[in-house]
Amino acid sequence: MSTTSTTRTISVEINGTSYERDVPASLLLVHFLRDDLDLTGTHVGCDTGSCGACTVQLSGEAIKSCCMLAVQADGSSITTVEGLASDEGELTPLQQSFHEHHALQCGYCTPGMLMSATALLEKNPRPTEHEVKVALQGNICRCTGYWNIIEAVVAVGEGGAR
Amino acid sequence: MLLREVEYARPATVEEAIALLSENDGARALAGGQTLVNVMKARAASPDVLVDLADLDELRTISFSADQSAIELGAMVTNTQVIASSEVEVARPILAEVAATIADVQIRNRGTVGGNVCVNDPTNHYPPLLAALGASFTIRGTSGERTVSAEEFFLGVYMTAVAEGELLIRISVPTRTPGTGDAMAGITLGAHGTYLASAVATVGVDGARIALGCVSSVPVRATAMEDQLADGDFSEAAVRAAAQGLAASLDPPSDVHASAEYRGHLAEVSAVRAVLQAAERAKG
Repeated sequence: MSTTSTTRTISVEINGTSYERDVPASLLLVHFLRDDLDLTGTHVGCDTGSCGACTVQLSGEAIKSCCMLAVQADGSSITTVEGLASDEGELTPLQQSFHEHHALQCGYCTPGMLMSATALLEKNPRPTEHEVKVALQGNICRCTGYWNIIEAVVAVGEGGAR
Repeated sequence: MLLREVEYARPATVEEAIALLSENDGARALAGGQTLVNVMKARAASPDVLVDLADLDELRTISFSADQSAIELGAMVTNTQVIASSEVEVARPILAEVAATIADVQIRNRGTVGGNVCVNDPTNHYPPLLAALGASFTIRGTSGERTVSAEEFFLGVYMTAVAEGELLIRISVPTRTPGTGDAMAGITLGAHGTYLASAVATVGVDGARIALGCVSSVPVRATAMEDQLADGDFSEAAVRAAAQGLAASLDPPSDVHASAEYRGHLAEVSAVRAVLQAAERAKG
């Protein structure tokens, strides 16, 4: 019989590194990433599940880390935006394409956009414009710089980044 | 956002989950959390104990009933699973079609069918869909299992037949038979936004079943319209005639997006569109 507790020891693998931490059950995953692990690339935008700035990959799927408790991630593998570029700073083709297509203005939504688009490209390496729009529906850019973002993602599929 | 302190448990079996739900006051099942975590932030819900269903693999399966007459969705099946399921594609493709219009990719990856129906937000997609398809709901508690119809399952806003200490196990949806067609139509806020009004129709040789969302605390069957369509004439003129008076028969809520009168009108328009599309699909 499992018991209830207000805290739990969780084990998660984040960007290839294993972490074991005691966390309150009420702690959101996004705050665990940002405040406990100092992985501040993952942003908090709306905090209501609408904007997608907090998007990370959980076991290969894009999810909103503000809509999930850290305890729910126990035992899983997470990739944040810090996990994209290599340790030497070499950008992924998608990041390079964002750079070349000027796919960011203020940059606040960019980590979420990158994580949603990365998940899309892993499942569908050559997405159409429509497929990119559907995949990024949960990510809001309040600079409204959508066209360059969509172009950047489509270009990766076409091998346009490099 | 800081959440109020909460107790948490992650049971390994359904029986353990039911024991935790029945032994703890203020306990609530946590499925994908796409609604619950957000309403906890807003303090609109404040459970004392969260029973996380994440490890209950038996609730994550999509399978056929023993006699193949129904497709069974475990309560923890995600929308993304429904969309990708070859069983759903064969048995009742409308389920995947509707799942693909819920919120966005990230929310579909976490959000579950069981969570969506147990919340029973009147604007949700699955309640009218499952009412129109004649789905049944299997609920387990300490005293055993029972199966109820959609009419018995949806009781009110945020209220279902799942009582304290009970757990929704699976939803059974009759498989599509040749000569039938299903469709959902509605008016949303933005392309994949919240429904202002919705209607689901399933059309076959024996007439139509029509369920409306957003117009009451539970899905509403458009029985008068169904009766008028019982003769099997699904021409546009016949469907429009059958829908006459539907709006006037409803008592929908008013809000900032739509007055009661306008929402009733949208429901009638949605019902016509859903029936016409379902009839078209029934042809082949």
